[in-house]
Amino acid sequence: MHKPALVAAALLGAAWTLSVAAQEPATPAAEIVPWENWQAGNEVSNVASLQRGFRNFMNYCAGCHSMKYVRYSRVATDLKIPIAMLKAELLPDGAAPAKYIEASLQPQDGVAWFGKEPPDLSLIARSRGVDRIYRFLKTFYLDPSRPTRTNNLVLDAAAMPAVLSDLEGVKAAVFRNVQVTTDGRTMTAKKFDHFVTVVPGRMSGPEFDAFLRDTVNFLDYAGEPAQVDRRSIGVWVVLFLLVFTWLAWLLKKEYWKDVH
Amino acid sequence: MASNDAEYSPGFWGWLNKRLPVEKFVREQLLEYYAPKNFNIWYFFGSLALLVLVMQLLSGIFLTMFYKVGDTTSFDSVEFIMREVNYGWLLRYLHSVGASAFFVVIYLHMYRALLYGSYKAPRELLWLFGMFIYLALMAEAFMGYVLPWGNMSYWAAQVIINLFGTIPAIGPGLVEWIRGDYGVADATLNRFFSLHVVAIPLVLLLLVVLHLVALRQVGSNNPDGVEIKEHRGADGKPLDGIPFHPYYTVKDVVGIGLFLTLFAVVVFFVPTLGNLFLEEANFEPANPLSTPDPIAPAWYFTPFYAILRAVPNQRMGALLLLIAVMAFFFLPWLDRSPVRSIRYRGWWFRGFLAAFTISFGALMWLGLRSAIGGYVTAARVFSVGYFAFFLLMPWYTRWDRVKPVPARVRFHA
Amino acid sequence: MTDAGASAEEETVDYGRRKFLTTATSATAAVGVVFAASPFVASWQPSERARALGAPVTVDLSKLEVGQMIMPVWRKQPVYVFRRPPELVAKLGAHDNRLKDPTSADSEQPAYAMNERRSRRADIAVLIGTCTHLGCLPKQRFEPGDAQLGTDWPGGFLCPCHGSRFDLAGRVFNGSPASVNLRVPPYSFPDEHTLLIGEDGADATQGAA
Repeated sequence: MHKPALVAAALLGAAWTLSVAAQEPATPAAEIVPWENWQAGNEVSNVASLQRGFRNFMNYCAGCHSMKYVRYSRVATDLKIPIAMLKAELLPDGAAPAKYIEASLQPQDGVAWFGKEPPDLSLIARSRGVDRIYRFLKTFYLDPSRPTRTNNLVLDAAAMPAVLSDLEGVKAAVFRNVQVTTDGRTMTAKKFDHFVTVVPGRMSGPEFDAFLRDTVNFLDYAGEPAQVDRRSIGVWVVLFLLVFTWLAWLLKKEYWKDVH
Repeated sequence: MASNDAEYSPGFWGWLNKRLPVEKFVREQLLEYYAPKNFNIWYFFGSLALLVLVMQLLSGIFLTMFYKVGDTTSFDSVEFIMREVNYGWLLRYLHSVGASAFFVVIYLHMYRALLYGSYKAPRELLWLFGMFIYLALMAEAFMGYVLPWGNMSYWAAQVIINLFGTIPAIGPGLVEWIRGDYGVADATLNRFFSLHVVAIPLVLLLLVVLHLVALRQVGSNNPDGVEIKEHRGADGKPLDGIPFHPYYTVKDVVGIGLFLTLFAVVVFFVPTLGNLFLEEANFEPANPLSTPDPIAPAWYFTPFYAILRAVPNQRMGALLLLIAVMAFFFLPWLDRSPVRSIRYRGWWFRGFLAAFTISFGALMWLGLRSAIGGYVTAARVFSVGYFAFFLLMPWYTRWDRVKPVPARVRFHA
Repeated sequence: MTDAGASAEEETVDYGRRKFLTTATSATAAVGVVFAASPFVASWQPSERARALGAPVTVDLSKLEVGQMIMPVWRKQPVYVFRRPPELVAKLGAHDNRLKDPTSADSEQPAYAMNERRSRRADIAVLIGTCTHLGCLPKQRFEPGDAQLGTDWPGGFLCPCHGSRFDLAGRVFNGSPASVNLRVPPYSFPDEHTLLIGEDGADATQGAA
């Protein structure tokens, strides 16, 4: 899906390096938050968002990434997806609902194509945090020096190609030179300034943000499927313990009237 | 024998008590065990430690039913527990948060002893048993930390085991023997599992029993550091004592309620406590080819870890770490003060204890940071504060201008 | 109780309140212990995974010949699936007087299998293979008049562990240690040659007469 966009981007890459430097950095209001501070802002109790996120995952991620601890049928139950719909629209051909989510890509092909095996994503939200994943997926930019023709601000020299570029569009990054002083020595360093859209994508900016938020939300859910239950049970446990403590405190006060 | 029978009430209760001293035990240990009436909040942590021990045993027993030890199965089985076992996530969080709670409670329990001089004669042995419990707990926590076989587990095992390599002559051989392989491996994981679930818990239980028996023998200290046994009423009971039951049982239940409420808040709402109780890097499987960055031990070990890193010499660092832990053992003999409680101590002791408290907290914080630049310098400064408390104690406790200790405890209903 | 602290003001102690609070706190604690125990008890229930793997099993019947039995596994239990000869099915009603529960009133089966054939279809029998006595797998003794089991043996199963005997509908004979018939799992036939074990199908409530 993303291949034509990538090719176009690669062709444009050379032209861009010359032209972009002169361009006035058009900074829309939304871009004022530096990318290091972007928040996923997902809500793991939002089932509709999780359903969309699961669909996004199956369409855009599951080709290469497995979720070896997550079963399709468990996702269907938790996300209130009817089994019939799961089978008809979401399951890969021939997969049983009780199966764990496997990538269509063979691990050895992954190594051959990307230089490393695409990691399993069951726990990625727990080991990296949702915000970091959100920033990662939103900061791919053209870099003709890389084998994938793209690079990433979060993970420099990322092996993963910009698979969402047909949705988001292809971006170029504008860097500026800054003076950095460490231990009394001043050096010139390249600092990211802003993105420039080279090829527009099928989605608008807010649409793509929502797409990412849903996808990251699903990763968050997959990292700990019991978390929504956990919090709702917790409210009752804490309330019960407060009542118990209050009773015990009254009892203690009553008995300690004896002590002078 | 007939007269003997009269001591026992008729029916099953009498039949049982003639054969098993249930009533006698309850009478002697609870109803007629007199504890000082002026216990404050610091005296909650003993009973809480016992509670956490029971909770850890229970959740641990159930986790063992689902956990599969092995370098290819451990990580998967922990995720199986988290996802597939009914309430498995709860069992796991109870145990992982419980491990941290154990150290919170034990550190506060130990600090109570520092405040009120509870380690001083005649309670030296009580203190020593407590310190052995602390050592066993450290070993238990470390080995338990390795079991999920995440990447932090692996590297924790690697680093801690290598500490033994600093022992002169036998070090390298010892490290290999502990690991059972040329690197941290399946063999290491299996022996840690056995020690964690069987051997050390048995030792812990034995030590806890000894700790309690020693406590009953010498009686509890109190915030005034006064021996209540020295002032008895006409009936021979300590004037400042109250029966443990019902007064301290109902009071401890309040402490348990408060503790469990806080504990439940962590278990159900923030089980990882922002990377402190479960680290992000431990949600990746063990990887011998990649050290997590940053890497730090569990928070309860970080003061000692910071001391280790503050020393620019491998063997000296390990030695200082050992001394930092073992110094507690010698407190009963280092402390030459005529008074126990901080209430009647002078400013020398108060100053050194404050410096120690700040140093311990600062080292704990520094141990979680990277060992670079100003952090190392700071760790060196605070290490001095830590050791000064112990090393100079024989002198400053003698110079201290102590206040007169009252004959009776201070208590306001 | 004698306690050192209590003295002058003993008469002001409100024993009623003390008793009430003791009861209330103990009762709350007891409720708490029950609640706290429940996740531990629940953890022994089949896991999410075990339940997912307990999903319905599809069996191809196209190659199952008359008198032949296959043993697919559903929920960790072997299921006996066999095609019965019509002449033996016709005789199933003939030995009701020798059975413990001929109408299956005390036995476990879906409504559509509560008939003398204990099946949806006359030819295909679907039974859970574990003996209702103590769980061994009864052996096939399909031949009527079996040499060991006597000339009046109508064909069925004999359990090797404790000698329970069942007919071709899985109904238990008098004199067996088992007291109820072999269990019938829920099942349906999506088509002529396909058996789905574990799912009742659309007509679950209808008993096949």
